Amino acid sequence: MARTLDRRPPATAPAARGIRKTILLIEKATKEATWDCRMCGQCILHSTGMSCPMRCPKNLRNGPCGGVLQDGHCEVVPEMKCVWVQAWEGSRKLPFWREHMFHVERPVDWRLQETSSWENLLTRRDAHVPQGWRDPDGAGDR
Amino acid sequence: MSEPAAPDPPDPPAARSGLHRLLQAGEFVVTAELPATDSAEPTSVHHLGDALRGRVDAVNCTDNSAAHAHLGPLAAAHLLLDRGVEPILQLACRDRNRLALQADMLGAAALGVRNIVCMTGDDVSAGDHPEAKPIYDIDSIHLLRIARIMRDRGTYLSGRPLEHPPTFLIGAVENPFAPPLEFRPMRLGKKIEAGAEFIQTQICFNMDKMRLFMARTRELGLLERVWILAGVFIPRTARATRYLRDMVPGIDVPDPVIERMDSVPAPRQGDEGVAIALELIQQLREIEGISGVHLMTIRNEEAILRVVEGAGLFPRPRPSPEPVR
Repeated sequence: MARTLDRRPPATAPAARGIRKTILLIEKATKEATWDCRMCGQCILHSTGMSCPMRCPKNLRNGPCGGVLQDGHCEVVPEMKCVWVQAWEGSRKLPFWREHMFHVERPVDWRLQETSSWENLLTRRDAHVPQGWRDPDGAGDR
Repeated sequence: MSEPAAPDPPDPPAARSGLHRLLQAGEFVVTAELPATDSAEPTSVHHLGDALRGRVDAVNCTDNSAAHAHLGPLAAAHLLLDRGVEPILQLACRDRNRLALQADMLGAAALGVRNIVCMTGDDVSAGDHPEAKPIYDIDSIHLLRIARIMRDRGTYLSGRPLEHPPTFLIGAVENPFAPPLEFRPMRLGKKIEAGAEFIQTQICFNMDKMRLFMARTRELGLLERVWILAGVFIPRTARATRYLRDMVPGIDVPDPVIERMDSVPAPRQGDEGVAIALELIQQLREIEGISGVHLMTIRNEEAILRVVEGAGLFPRPRPSPEPVR
């Protein structure tokens, strides 16, 4: 019980056991099959047009790189359509969260790799933000 | 009843660099890319710096461009400062994690670098070490925000305070020519929100896409918040234009450009390349919101002066004295 209420981010991903392991396996099986999910443990699928940004070979969380080929495919894996071209198209079709594409997403917490984003959402482990990132000043003025 | 006098407009913030001063003054600025060197001799960079001094306003020190290892950008920037050339330090997320990037930003500031440009970086698969482990700990927008946190809040990303924060002018890149075209101006908006104050675009050959991008950027109200420098490539050979189209991901080289280079005999292709660059610059200057050009070449450095002169941009405004702060 103490563990399920622990809101601190884990120092390393703790081994999932019991009910936590079951949740992890269900999430992994369904999301891998549906979205080719990479189990980053801090899911933002709904903000990216249901296109998993961790499939991007550059792990971009904020939009496409400048190397997208003219046919909309990935520069690293040319046979694959750019994850962010899919994200843009997908986000236009969503009934909600369309404007999330314009939000600045925070850096990845790599400690959460291979953990359950559902569990991390419930325990608020995925809400960890580096101190310096919090309440940043309004940027963009000259 | 007389209206109360309108308050004086606030003074522009103190210039962070020579480049910043020129941009604030409304000059049409010229930057160029330092050719990557593979030499342990400082003279390799010194010679290039001497050739560019006074001809452009600032010079980009590329960060293992095209995913090939070269003399490091921090060292190159330092060597340029030795020769009185103002550097723009490029920082790519491909080769370093957030610790190393912050360490290099602080080190660069300590060495006198006053302009940085944050980018994701070409993938290792595009280079000569495709077996390498790509890092991509953070993306370019994270890096922009981190630079802004260090400068404006005086802390690392972790929140730990800096003794003396850096004072950079912070730049980013954008590619108006790659899909998803509709999203690109909004992505520019994200970069501005994250902290970008000036933008250098990918090489521009497709003026229609550039005009569309700039029109949309203006509609989004972004032109008042950022200076945009358009990337211009000066081809020396027809082969160079084909190389860009086929080997450098994300560059749109329309067929007419390649056909035009092909249509002149090899010894005169260099002249044709200069002519193409001059025409592009002329058209770019007519677009609202383009504040300057960023010149790029492949083994064609002497063409930079020809283009700067030919475009009526020489001599450059007096080189600024010591950067403020």
